[in-house]
Amino acid sequence: MTERIIQVDALARVEGEGALYVRMKGDTVEKVEFRIFEPPRFFEAFLEGRDALETPDITSRICGICPIAYIMGACQAIEMAWGLEVTPEIAALRRLIYCGEWIQSHTLHAVMLHAPDFLGLHDAIQIAQAQPDLVRQALRLKKLGNTIMEVVGGRAVHPVNTRIGGFYKAPDPEAIRAMIPELDWGAEAARALVLAFAKFDFPQDGTDYTFVSLVDRDRYPILQGRIGSNRGLDIDVTRFNDHFAETHVSHSNALQGRMRDGSAYLVGPLARYANNYDTLGPTVQATAREAGLGRVVTNPFQSILVRLIEVQYACEEAARLARAYVPPVPGHIDTPPRAGVGHGITEAPRGICYHRYETDADGRIMAAQIVPPTSQNQPQIEEDLTRVVTANRHLSDADLKCRCEQTIRNYDPCISCATHFLKLRVDRD
Amino acid sequence: MTDQSSYPPLIVGIGNPFRHDDGVGPWVAQRLAQAGLETTEHAGDGTGLLDLFLTRPNLILVDATRSRQPPGTYVCLDAGKGPVQADLFHYSTHRFGLAEAVETARALGLLPRRLIIHGIEGQNFGQGHGLSKVVETAAEALVDRLGAPTPAPPKGGPA
Repeated sequence: MTERIIQVDALARVEGEGALYVRMKGDTVEKVEFRIFEPPRFFEAFLEGRDALETPDITSRICGICPIAYIMGACQAIEMAWGLEVTPEIAALRRLIYCGEWIQSHTLHAVMLHAPDFLGLHDAIQIAQAQPDLVRQALRLKKLGNTIMEVVGGRAVHPVNTRIGGFYKAPDPEAIRAMIPELDWGAEAARALVLAFAKFDFPQDGTDYTFVSLVDRDRYPILQGRIGSNRGLDIDVTRFNDHFAETHVSHSNALQGRMRDGSAYLVGPLARYANNYDTLGPTVQATAREAGLGRVVTNPFQSILVRLIEVQYACEEAARLARAYVPPVPGHIDTPPRAGVGHGITEAPRGICYHRYETDADGRIMAAQIVPPTSQNQPQIEEDLTRVVTANRHLSDADLKCRCEQTIRNYDPCISCATHFLKLRVDRD
Repeated sequence: MTDQSSYPPLIVGIGNPFRHDDGVGPWVAQRLAQAGLETTEHAGDGTGLLDLFLTRPNLILVDATRSRQPPGTYVCLDAGKGPVQADLFHYSTHRFGLAEAVETARALGLLPRRLIIHGIEGQNFGQGHGLSKVVETAAEALVDRLGAPTPAPPKGGPA
């Protein structure tokens, strides 16, 4: 029987350092390993002993693409531990800056990094040469996301205006209002991208995923909601560790997240969309219908469409929030530290990001736990790869390698976050 | 017509000071700022660099390279004269870094009138502060070169 090995030594168009190894014996896939060799970053360990007020700024350094996810998760957890509740105005401003992060992160991945897979192009440079208007539109959208983060957070990467309890300074209402015309344009631009990309020739694929996300009956979840799934899970954030666990595997420097029963699950746009379709609003739902999408999308290659649908939603939502903006007074709520345990969970662009901290009476961090979305998606990525390799085993090694890389990019994996990504090797026996 | 390259350059130090030699760009920028030159620091996100290209006609970028040359090796590229090799530079968020930004800008007709890139080969890209000695020596030489007073344009020259 022929052994076939497919190996990608360094995956392109993903964040961080990783590799893929596949070994086949005949038509049987014997082993699939999604190897993350980005070095461990030990954030949780060096938070211990630090002032809890520092946690948003320190954890934001985990990722330059999704710092808001870390800032907000840390804020929520410390605020819970100290019994602090923020005002509706602060909550709205947090939702606004998080929309900025979704817009810039989703646009970068969908148009500049993921779209080349469906256009038969190598990279964003080739897209710029072949379809310059598309790239100009994407750059304008991404800049819009960055602008929100600058106006609300002080700067686009690792914002500095955010803190436990709210914001150091309430943004100027004029600066917030000035974004509204561009946000209205952004919603239309994202809708146009969804409809254009819906014409891509998507590979046939799909499975009965366990979709896990925040769930909220009233608003599409970003910063709020219970943890829910399409299989009936419905728990408070404080019970995350009762239902999910991270384990170490020898081939990855990132912990892998699984359900307590050992099964894989999927977090991110496909899960949010499936679990919260009703709250997307009529205009975004209309875009989804026109793109041919149902209420649930199970073809992971179509995640690019759902990502852009979320960009439309984020632009609409940011415009709504900007129109309703009332500067929070005060900009933040102070509270004395106390010994306690707090949990935070928000919807990072790639899925739920969980934080848990214990503080002492002086407000020092005694224990920290951060579970990023890519860690949780790793086992599901390996299951997807096994399925895709089995279905496409007739392909040449080069084509199979390409399809595997696409399969991983469906998740927009953030390896820096997960280690706090890809080389592919396939062995065929 | 004004020669855009006669505008004072903005010097952009690209990199992460928390990853040893990856921070050579910010290291150079900080010293040139102390010498009174206009500088800024940038993490290296390619789309952010594209935004920067739109704002200034005359840019000097300083970044660490990782090209298997001896540590401290200095390279100077004029983006106006030819493509920038993607595998020259270390940093690349989602593989869209400096080289991709320059070539995307070229395809879109967004390159600044003058875009000079100075690269210094790094030795240690691990976690932590401080440059390797050989990299620091090369960086000091670059600071001297970029910080040297620019000769005044001849009278009657471009404004």
